[in-house]
Amino acid sequence: MNRPTLKLEKRLAPSPVMVFIIPLISVLLALLLGGIFLSLTGQNPLAVYAIMFTDSLGSKYGFTETIVKAIPLSLTALGVAVAFKMKLWNIGAEGQLYMGAMGASWLPLTYPALPVYLMIPGMVVLGMIAGGLWAFLTAIPRAIWKVNEIITTLMLNYVAILWVDFLVFGPWRDPLGSNFPITAPFPEAARLPEMFNSRIHAGLFFALALAVILTIVFKYSRWGYSINVIGSSERAASYAGMNIKRNILWVMFLSGAISGLAGMAEVSGIIGRLQHGISPGYGYTAIIVAWLSKLNPLAILIVSVLFGALQVGGYAAQVEGVPAAVATMLQGMILFFVLGGEVLTNYRVVLVRQKGEELRK
Amino acid sequence: MNQVIVQLQGIVKKFPGVLANDHVDLDIYAGEIHAILGENGSGKSTLMSVLAGLYKPDEGKILVNGVEKKFRSPRDAIDSGIGMVHQHFKLVEPFTVAENITLGEKQTIFGLSGKKLKASINELGKKYGLEINLNAKVWQLSVGEKQRVEIVRMLYRGSQVLILDEPTAVLTPQEAAELFRNLHRMASAGCAVVLITHKLNEVKAVADRVTVLRQGKLVGVLQKDQINPKEMVRLMVGRPVTMQYDRELAVAGEVLLELDKVNAFNDMGLPCLRDLSLTVREGEILGLAGVSGNGQRELAEVIAGLRRVESGKILLNDRNISNLSPCEIIDLGVAYVPEDRLGMGLVPELNAMENLILKSYRQPEFSGRWFLKPQAIKQNAEALISQYQVNVTSLTQPVKVLSGGNLQKLLLAREISSSPKLMVVIYPARGLDIGATEAVHKLLLKLKIRKTAILLISEDLDELFRLADRIGVVYSGQLTGDFPVEQADLEEVGLLMTGAHSARERVNDNEPAHT
Repeated sequence: MNRPTLKLEKRLAPSPVMVFIIPLISVLLALLLGGIFLSLTGQNPLAVYAIMFTDSLGSKYGFTETIVKAIPLSLTALGVAVAFKMKLWNIGAEGQLYMGAMGASWLPLTYPALPVYLMIPGMVVLGMIAGGLWAFLTAIPRAIWKVNEIITTLMLNYVAILWVDFLVFGPWRDPLGSNFPITAPFPEAARLPEMFNSRIHAGLFFALALAVILTIVFKYSRWGYSINVIGSSERAASYAGMNIKRNILWVMFLSGAISGLAGMAEVSGIIGRLQHGISPGYGYTAIIVAWLSKLNPLAILIVSVLFGALQVGGYAAQVEGVPAAVATMLQGMILFFVLGGEVLTNYRVVLVRQKGEELRK
Repeated sequence: MNQVIVQLQGIVKKFPGVLANDHVDLDIYAGEIHAILGENGSGKSTLMSVLAGLYKPDEGKILVNGVEKKFRSPRDAIDSGIGMVHQHFKLVEPFTVAENITLGEKQTIFGLSGKKLKASINELGKKYGLEINLNAKVWQLSVGEKQRVEIVRMLYRGSQVLILDEPTAVLTPQEAAELFRNLHRMASAGCAVVLITHKLNEVKAVADRVTVLRQGKLVGVLQKDQINPKEMVRLMVGRPVTMQYDRELAVAGEVLLELDKVNAFNDMGLPCLRDLSLTVREGEILGLAGVSGNGQRELAEVIAGLRRVESGKILLNDRNISNLSPCEIIDLGVAYVPEDRLGMGLVPELNAMENLILKSYRQPEFSGRWFLKPQAIKQNAEALISQYQVNVTSLTQPVKVLSGGNLQKLLLAREISSSPKLMVVIYPARGLDIGATEAVHKLLLKLKIRKTAILLISEDLDELFRLADRIGVVYSGQLTGDFPVEQADLEEVGLLMTGAHSARERVNDNEPAHT
């Protein structure tokens, strides 16, 4: 019995090197595995990756498009991160984004003549309230009867998407839109200004400002402190006299409101009307982004750009005849490797010889 | 002396960052009761787990009857006649006693004729005074009976050496005495009994020899005539420790806390406090004895506002505080040290600074309307940590890495620094070593001198008799005894803990001269 065996040994403290290296290696491994898959489908993986890179980060147009995608991604990711901080698993950012878009659209569709200084703030507030209330619907049963919020937020996504479909196919449909499921275009006053000669719109500032505000709230505010305590241990929180139910309601509302703001930014900044299919699943990708960023608001900004680039690169690859699913596949693989790699931050692999001496590896 | 059954030679066991056993030698003789004594983390449980086949030693040899053995699993150890009864019983609750005893054996109750099997178990039981009803389901048994099942199971499997890990931790004094009588019988029948413990009086009462470990090293082996508490403590702790505290008896102040016929339900919705009434005065420690699970935790939670009072009143300074929110009760000056230090008393993921403001973060001292005051929070933590001698390597490290003693000191530092009027503490020294226990006890006595009313809930009668001014007994959600400590009698308190309601009257009838 002299066969050496591998075993995991718990580290005394998480390795700081690994915390940094693992996301990097995970991305590389995901690219490698994705490359194998691509070559199996008869593509040249290097060529595909080259196209994906130049069309997303390697050219001015590509980069601005990447930022355009990163805006709703980072907003929804910030939204879910707020809830995740308190261990409320809000996976309904997609639905909250749709409801936010709907709430914001109501104003220009109903009062198209409002001046810009009333129109934009009004849309922001309405979008946030609509998204927030949508999440709040699930917070009430969660707070009172402990109804699992994962199920309720997920199910309400479908309701929200179908509800917006109902509006754009029905009562809100543009009579001049030749029967397309779209509303009338918004007046100029309801459009967020575009910048840098591109489609990048002022929603970028929403994301930047919120990331900074949330960082401050979580690090330095009294409320952020109590959210941290509740998220770490509900029993300790009630022992300390914190009101858990009230915080569940507030946090879910805030989480939904931020995703609602993402919806507002999409209809006001990009599309200029409400229509069928306004999001290619930002609210779901947001969960991955928030998780990879370890719920750190500033990290969310960076990871959102990476995922925005993946999405834009995916579209570019599609033009070259590569399945669109490649980008989604890579997203999934990155998460997969990061989660798997996390074991290595807390454990190390040791080679054990039967005699008892250990060979560190 | 009898013959050696087991020899451990130069046992070394390493865990990441810890040398749990450092070249430990140990001989175990047939017919002896051998106590392994040591503080938490001294390596006594590790050493016994090595002997019982749970851990593989990194170095060293195990010899059974002179033959070297390599145990790959507890099964190998059992086959060599070494059985261990763990602190947490490993029984299948819905099964009968007989099924549990034969569980995992090749000849099960179905194979061998049931009657024959039961007869042989019964014979074993009679031999050692361990009689049990083989047809009872395990969940119906008391803790003491479950322990007996574990012991019989090991004997039935032919154990020559029986290792018991802190066997009295969950027993009443009467049950413990019974256990010790049985252990003596086993020893005189030729078995070796190994007792892991940190209770000195037990060692003195039953052990023939004592092996003392400190920080993984063997520091001494005492023969029966050398066993005395002072020497054992010196070996265990490495320095002399005061066994008795100088304490001032309470100058009975005003009644601060009064519970009047309080009723409450437990988590399963069953009544757990039944018309419970008690009072605690300023500057007084009321020690509540009781076997855990008799409503102690619920009592503490009801006072802290964490559990609903169904009926009855809780008065603090004559003000009814029943069913106020935990927050209001904290602000009225009620401090609470829960049994669950990490997870309730302290937040595992947060650091010492954050944990020290857990209850006071709303106070203007530590926060404004919106923002925390990081400078004040840091200074507070630094001051408390040095004042209460909490051993933390850094202020920003999550508290979950701290030892039990340091967690308890941190928790007490926070609760005491709020200058409470009432302090509710539950099992304050559970799982702490002698050094930490002493520190915690001294803090409580100091707090008492500052006129705080203290409700001390504990299972450890030594602790209660050393600290309390009055001793109460809680059984099945009721207060079944309440004596000034000078008049309290250890045996009587023990009887009341088991539910013997009329103990006092009976004692008085039989022995009119009893003091």
